[in-house]
Amino acid sequence: MRLRRKLRRPRNRKVAVGLVILVALVVIAIVGPVLVSALLGQSAERLHAGGPLEPPSGRHWLGTTTAGEDVLAQLVTGTRTSLLVGLTGGAISTTLAVLLGVISGYSTGKAGALLTAFVNIFLVIPGLPLLIIIASYTQGRGGWIMVALIIGLTSWPGGARVKRAQTLSLRNRDFVQAARYAGESKVRIVLLEVAPHLAPLIASTFLFAVVGSIAAEAGLNFIGAGNPNTVSWGTMLFWAQSQGALLSGAWWWFAPPGLCIALIGTAAGLINFGVDELSDPRLRARGQKTSRKAGRATAAIAEAS
Amino acid sequence: MAAQATALPLSGPLRALAGSVLVKRIAFYLVAGWAAITLNFLLPRLMPGDPASAILLKMTELGPVSPQREAVVHRLFGGANSGPLWDQYVSYLGGLFRGDFGLSIAFYPTPVTDVVSSGFWWTVVLVGTATVISFVIGTVLGAIAGWRPGRRFDSIASPLSIFVHSVPYFWIALILAFVFAFQWGWLPLAGGAGRNVEPGFTAEFIGSALEHAILPAATIVLTSISGWLIHMRNMTASVINEDYVLLAWAKGLHTARVVSGYAARNAILPSISGFAVSIGMVVGGSLLTELVFNYPGLGSLLNQAILNLDYPLMQGLFLVISLTVLVINFIADSIYVLLDPRTREVS
Repeated sequence: MRLRRKLRRPRNRKVAVGLVILVALVVIAIVGPVLVSALLGQSAERLHAGGPLEPPSGRHWLGTTTAGEDVLAQLVTGTRTSLLVGLTGGAISTTLAVLLGVISGYSTGKAGALLTAFVNIFLVIPGLPLLIIIASYTQGRGGWIMVALIIGLTSWPGGARVKRAQTLSLRNRDFVQAARYAGESKVRIVLLEVAPHLAPLIASTFLFAVVGSIAAEAGLNFIGAGNPNTVSWGTMLFWAQSQGALLSGAWWWFAPPGLCIALIGTAAGLINFGVDELSDPRLRARGQKTSRKAGRATAAIAEAS
Repeated sequence: MAAQATALPLSGPLRALAGSVLVKRIAFYLVAGWAAITLNFLLPRLMPGDPASAILLKMTELGPVSPQREAVVHRLFGGANSGPLWDQYVSYLGGLFRGDFGLSIAFYPTPVTDVVSSGFWWTVVLVGTATVISFVIGTVLGAIAGWRPGRRFDSIASPLSIFVHSVPYFWIALILAFVFAFQWGWLPLAGGAGRNVEPGFTAEFIGSALEHAILPAATIVLTSISGWLIHMRNMTASVINEDYVLLAWAKGLHTARVVSGYAARNAILPSISGFAVSIGMVVGGSLLTELVFNYPGLGSLLNQAILNLDYPLMQGLFLVISLTVLVINFIADSIYVLLDPRTREVS
């Protein structure tokens, strides 16, 4: 009940702004492509609407590409792909981070040490080069699901480290000890005693994993390891770069997709304030002390990165 | 490390412990390096399709392929008519120790090692300098913001960092290139140095290289600075309430002394231990930044390799990048052990 009231009317203005941005982008992702193809009478994947490299005008709000595609239409169509990759990749990455982080943090002995070493090794191997090399072996087969899968499989170590640290500190708390002495099973303790205390951390990890996956998709496509025939924010930037948008001064082509990525990242940062507030009653009681909250949100970003 | 350890006032048993921590770290990084090498071996063999025959097909298009060269490709990428996995692994490792990564396809028939080493120093100098600059500036700004949390500087710098943190590196690069190189023409748009400047230790070459490095370096500094800033801000904000900072005030020390000698000195430790995660992101981001500026480093080579399906070059680049990041991490780790005595006591 309390939770629902919170969600309906976020006290913090920053949280409200973040939610509005996110909801707007999700709505665009759901109805956008349908709307675009209905308005232009063309398939959302292939949009030829005007002359090459027209600057923004009343007819083409964000101008056109060298192939004459409407940039706004592409942006709207690409929102769906980018968000799908972000959500799927973020979900896979968060699941792996929670599983590996909690298990390696909770289990003692050889298995725990081995798992910890595994997490630490993947933490120091740079993620993006690994992501790029795996993606280029697949050569764009499997579409966006494959891209999301590879991103999810390579981006979990940062999140796992945070979960592991938190689990380590929870493991020796009194209530967990009590449950252990009461003879509860390991699985039950982890699920019912440890996991609820990790919930806010998991939420913020997921939020930033989604943003990270969207950025990773963009980077992957930008360097040419994605599938350039799909329309996403990343492929828009890839085509803008490879078709020399910079040298023709076509800022309207490469500026919007990057701005969208930055926008969704900022929205995630803002919503994180709210996640903190919901999870920590002390923060709610303090109410207007915004500086404290700002500190916590930025802390979560530092952890997520 | 050994020379520096003797410089510190440590008693005998403590010094031995410092040694054992170091030994542990070395062992860890050796295992991590082995993992990177093995990943490099397994990936092309696990993937659907047959990279080896794709490479051989490309090579025969470019020129005659000797059986010897064919064997090298099979050693690196597996393929239908290569022996059992274990034998492949042994000969793959043997090839690595001889420094033989096969021939690049994008730059046929230059060996991969030559191609990689042509870009290696460009990237190392660029990323190294930019990382040091952004670490120093970000840490100093973070300490200022965290010193008075909620004040004007903090309330501007912290939200701005959140925004900058979520902007992709290469997008900042595009915007900077557009504004400073294309619109205003202040700085060169592409390349590592002027076309008609002879590479070498001449003032002309170094000046030209510096001029070309300003925009890529500015991109890396601008985007990576926020991470250091946020980290340092939060640590400083929590450290200033500690008793030892109060003690420093009580001693009547100068503000600058309290900040640098007491608060910042402790607050900086997590920044250094978090270096491992950050440097991987910085390296990844700068690979994409190079692409925008056509900078002759590893990122542009990686792009060439991908566009030409040049798997041998990709493999070589992945290995060199991961091993370099591991070495940097190891150095950061060693510095941490030197800075924080607690890590030497607890093993």
